[in-house]
Amino acid sequence: MILALVGNQNCGKTTLFNQMTGSNQHVGNFPGVTVDQKIGDVRDVKGCSVVDLPGIYSLRPYTNEEIVTRDFILNERPDGILNIVDATNIERNLYLTLQLMEMHVPMVLALNMMDEVRGNGGTIDIRKMSEALGIPVIPISAIKNEGITELTHAMVEVAQKKIYPKITDFCEPGPVHRCIHAVSHLIEDHAENMRISARFAGTKLIEGDMDIIERLKLNQNELELMEHSIVEMEHERGLDRNAALAEMRYDFIEKVCEQSVVKCHESKEHIRSLKIDSILTHKYLAIPLFLLIMLTIFWLTFGVVGSFLSDLLAAGIDSVTQMADAGLQAYGINPVVRSLVIDGIFAGVGSVLSFLPLIVVLFFFLSILEDTGYMARVAFVMDKLLRKIGLSGRSFVPMLIGFGCSVPAIMASRTLSSERDRRMTILLTPFMSCSAKIPIYAVFAAAFFEKYQALVMIGLYVFGMLVGIICAIILEHTVYRGNPVPFVMELPNYRFPSAKSVLLLMWEKAKDFIQKAFTIIFAATVIIWFLQTFDLRLNVVTDSANSLLALIGKGIAPIFRPLGFEDWRVSTALITGFTAKEAVVSTMSILLGTSMENLSAALAGVFTPLTAISFLVFTLLYTPCVAAIAAIRREMNSSLKAAGVAFLQCVVAWIAAFLVYQVLHFIL
Amino acid sequence: MTLDKLPIGKQGKILAVNGEGPLRCRLLDMGLIPGTGVMVRKVAPMGDPVEIHIRGYELTIRIADAQKIEVEAVGREVAV
Repeated sequence: MILALVGNQNCGKTTLFNQMTGSNQHVGNFPGVTVDQKIGDVRDVKGCSVVDLPGIYSLRPYTNEEIVTRDFILNERPDGILNIVDATNIERNLYLTLQLMEMHVPMVLALNMMDEVRGNGGTIDIRKMSEALGIPVIPISAIKNEGITELTHAMVEVAQKKIYPKITDFCEPGPVHRCIHAVSHLIEDHAENMRISARFAGTKLIEGDMDIIERLKLNQNELELMEHSIVEMEHERGLDRNAALAEMRYDFIEKVCEQSVVKCHESKEHIRSLKIDSILTHKYLAIPLFLLIMLTIFWLTFGVVGSFLSDLLAAGIDSVTQMADAGLQAYGINPVVRSLVIDGIFAGVGSVLSFLPLIVVLFFFLSILEDTGYMARVAFVMDKLLRKIGLSGRSFVPMLIGFGCSVPAIMASRTLSSERDRRMTILLTPFMSCSAKIPIYAVFAAAFFEKYQALVMIGLYVFGMLVGIICAIILEHTVYRGNPVPFVMELPNYRFPSAKSVLLLMWEKAKDFIQKAFTIIFAATVIIWFLQTFDLRLNVVTDSANSLLALIGKGIAPIFRPLGFEDWRVSTALITGFTAKEAVVSTMSILLGTSMENLSAALAGVFTPLTAISFLVFTLLYTPCVAAIAAIRREMNSSLKAAGVAFLQCVVAWIAAFLVYQVLHFIL
Repeated sequence: MTLDKLPIGKQGKILAVNGEGPLRCRLLDMGLIPGTGVMVRKVAPMGDPVEIHIRGYELTIRIADAQKIEVEAVGREVAV
């Protein structure tokens, strides 16, 4: 038995999902969508799984999330719909409920946050509401794990006995009523053929739903008849079709609520939220506080906790590596095999694992920001800044994280509510210079711009953002042309995050990264090891200048001639930067035959200050590391697109470095 | 008058939701229907978007979109 879990955003849907399924969750892929659905086995009920669908407010086919939910119900035909609503915000939540009821699928309504309603002196007459809506209604509190067993039982019973919603008619007799019935009747045969509820299809057709028009394969005559009756309704009703239907639904909801809901006076939670907001979205305090919060998170993630965990992990990997190394040596194994195990395999595993502390710690904070409701406030405060590049405030946090590490930043884009914004944010994140590039900047700044080190650093960061903005504007007018998804966003009450949700998200992200990124990062590390170790005749190299990698470096070096640095050692170092940006500096010191301490002096033999700037600009912008590419591949669900992003970055980097070099060359 | 002109903290009533396409539908879906009470709670620090109070919850919309919503003031002042 398959159940679909549907509800608004911020109504506690994921909390309920976690309560119902515990940790028995896996990610499911349904054709045609890039948004994953989580599927979980319902506890205590054999053979029953529930699918966590994206949070939505309506069933129009506009946002990707709405389409995913509709398509899931229309195509996958779940045995039941579990609709969860926020009882403290019942009117708007029931708007989706009415549309779901029209779909003619066995359905149960879960009234979440009933503890808050009662705690503030409100009541909901469950029996009356259930009668008025014609579906079972179960009061629950997902976060306190109350009522979940009753809910599960009611849902299973309704699905097994195929008890359909009793009411699908929400309209008073009148023009809207006549129109819906006329259209539903007109298309009844088509709907039956496609196994779609005629009532649902009818109202969606009136709303001008192109998807349903296509599904039903209506002919010209039917379309005209339909249009005629809609126009007649609009005329009689004095409202256009969309407003008329929305009003009909809200009217019905108001009536249901009048009968069954005793609203509390302003709730404690709401008053508390307003108080918190009077500080966090304060005219002058909002931005400094936001920066303070983000700085603290950065400091904790990339400084204190993250580096502690990273060091711990590195020490662990080192000791295991040393043990293995000693063991292999004692066994007298072939040195090439030893090198493969130690420098290839162990290094590969190590580099995958090295991202874990960052991901876990960062998502700990991010899920708290999201679950408390603060993320919505960030979007509210920062929206104006990002609007010019065609994004909304929601993209701000993922991009900001990009300054630390692109991998979790790209993974964080998952929470964005529109597919277009998500893709654009992912594309722009690599332009935010990540912390792994700092060692490169530091070495070059020290070698060539001793007096202006800080200025060079800041200049690079700003330049990265500028190029990002230019790319965003170009993308907005080409690939992502068209209207962005409207920025109409709920600011939910602040709530305490549930420890369970936070921990599950951390676990999920860590698992996801290892599962999806392991192969790619591992393979890349081993390939680079292979290229560094062997020469053209597959002999082990003694001089790194003869390795396959150096050969490739020499091959591509001419590409960099217009940028001012044609040295093969530089191009080779850039290639190793693909596995991790830190490798650029270490490779360069090996190839220049010098220690890290004397690298600055050695660089002076290869670069001039001018070519150093060109090189830094190229390094700033060229391909993200393999871990970031793996994350992009995961989030965009396409290897081709991930490769495209890497290629695009290289092209942009080349053009930017070329322009910078040529312009400076001309001036100086 | 349009919603962006409604003074902060003053109760208003929606007269019409203009505009078109996905944005308008989204506004209707969120409960901005002619006849519904609405109040502007605050303006974001950078002057845009605005936070409004409607049907017992908080919603943020951009000023350009608020300009498409016609409202009338209904007297009563409310403490912000």
